[in-house]
Amino acid sequence: METKKYKQNINITPELQQRIDELLSHYPADKKKSALLPVLHAAQDAHDNWLSAELMDKVAEILGITSIEVYEVVTFYTMYNQKPMGTYMFEFCLTSCCGIRGADDMMEYACEKLGIKPGETTPDGLFSVVGVQCLGACGYAPMMQLGDFYKEHLTREKIDQIIDDCKAGKVILHDK
Amino acid sequence: MATKILLDKINIPGIKSYDVYRENGGYASVEKALKTMAPDDITEQVKASGLRGRGGAGFPVGLKWSFIDKKSGKPRHLVCNADESEPGTFKDRYLMEYIPHLLIEGMITASYALGANLSYIYIRGEYMWVFKTLERAIKEAYAAGWLGKNILGTDYSLDLHVHCGAGAYICGEETALIESLEGKRGNPRIKPPFPAVSGLWGNPTVVNNVESIANIPWIVNNSGDDYAKIGLGRSTGTKLISASGHIRKPGVYEIEMGITVEEFINSDEYCGGMMDDRPIKALIPGGSSVPILPAHLIYKTANGEDRLMTYESLSDGGFESGSMLGSGGFIVYNDTACIVRNTWNFARFYAHESCGQCSPCREGTGWMEKVLHRIETGHGTMDDIDLLWNIQSNIEGNTICPLGDAAAWPVAAAIRHFRAEFEYHVLFPEKVKDRNHYVNEPFSSIKHLINK
Repeated sequence: METKKYKQNINITPELQQRIDELLSHYPADKKKSALLPVLHAAQDAHDNWLSAELMDKVAEILGITSIEVYEVVTFYTMYNQKPMGTYMFEFCLTSCCGIRGADDMMEYACEKLGIKPGETTPDGLFSVVGVQCLGACGYAPMMQLGDFYKEHLTREKIDQIIDDCKAGKVILHDK
Repeated sequence: MATKILLDKINIPGIKSYDVYRENGGYASVEKALKTMAPDDITEQVKASGLRGRGGAGFPVGLKWSFIDKKSGKPRHLVCNADESEPGTFKDRYLMEYIPHLLIEGMITASYALGANLSYIYIRGEYMWVFKTLERAIKEAYAAGWLGKNILGTDYSLDLHVHCGAGAYICGEETALIESLEGKRGNPRIKPPFPAVSGLWGNPTVVNNVESIANIPWIVNNSGDDYAKIGLGRSTGTKLISASGHIRKPGVYEIEMGITVEEFINSDEYCGGMMDDRPIKALIPGGSSVPILPAHLIYKTANGEDRLMTYESLSDGGFESGSMLGSGGFIVYNDTACIVRNTWNFARFYAHESCGQCSPCREGTGWMEKVLHRIETGHGTMDDIDLLWNIQSNIEGNTICPLGDAAAWPVAAAIRHFRAEFEYHVLFPEKVKDRNHYVNEPFSSIKHLINK
């Protein structure tokens, strides 16, 4: 796993533990493994948007399952990051209508503006840009995901604005 | 104005909140069902309605409910499939985002009909803000007494939770969704046993799409017969269509089944006609997995009849001259669209999303993606076109789940109807090096070059 190359400070805060307890209550007591995906989302959100091997081991311990059961899930689903990502992760949808409405141009523009290539993170750790498969916003193409939210009907001007807002700390990433 | 079943209240200010939803007749179906109807009565009403699964397959919902194992004594579950991931489809998100209590109301009534006391809404992880919207709405429903122990003072109890996936298209397939809900990789299961016998944690389970479940309150409040009067023939009721592509008004529309495709594309009530008044070139009526239709088969069937927005009319003539209503992911292309590029785009999607469990899908989707990329970028040969046909025909029907078919059908239809464009890519590699090669020189104006 790529995650073994990177170190992360593990911190199960009271808030995170409370969220995990709430998620666990949604499943029968003998089916705790069912909470794995939601718990991984919560753990990732609370740890700078990525999951180290140590954090995955901790999740395994909390759910009472083996570490390999967590690893095999994390490596299957695309929304779990196995390495540190930028604070602001631009995920450009490249499929379907986004594809015919200029998604490639939008992603190239964002990369050019940030001085990185798709899949890379800026040296200051602020931005990452990735291309992803269909995000289910075909009527509002081209678009990208940023945190919990979608930024739709993208234009070069909108991308400029989003980057400026991120730099100014004005962008909310999570729906509380 | 056409009948609205799902979106009739969508424009009421504040309808997202419990109080406004309730003030406008919300949760009446739960009250009616729990106080006046036996569970089997509801199933009979749904059968009478003719409602077909709105996720894409179109299987009758009432019939699916009637398969659930009631004799085993095991707990039963209803799972709502909100893993909307089919390229071109974004209708379920609209319902959940703007009128979340409609889905919750449908989940309660449907769970009661199935005898389920623990139900889940499985939503794609990317819709995180919708996940949180649903979480808040479910808490409101608990607080108001519509969920939990002894609902409305009856013997019926239900716990409902929303569960988020994490970015895997395959989890829209019902058995893969169940695996994922159990905290595993979303690998489809071999059927039989079907989920109605052995589903979530080995218990009898029904998996229904969001739109299917959102229809249940109306059917219970009115009747299955009244629902069946809307629509046309075996395509009863209304249908949400998510329209995108080169049209003036992309968006989610509720139509009465039976209107013509021409009306849907060109009327101001729906798509508003073609963007920039350019001619229509192709249509995918039901999400990326269904066959693409060329211009001459969009408004008319091969027999010259009007093409209608129904399951039957859209599939008229089979795959030779028809397509499918599918999920209602309606993608319209004008003459600047490159069909080869679009087919490659879809192939890349299916190659990325294949779970890798079946060899024909694991190997075939990646192979098709490579060949299509080769042709699209001007490095293909005529033999590649035949190779593509050969690969897709060896995937179709040879996999555990329908992802293999979903990957094969778009390729087959593109070659069947647009072979000349594939040949053009082989014959004029310099021309197609520009990514937007047809934008400035639509294929219709240069196709004569192929025969020179």
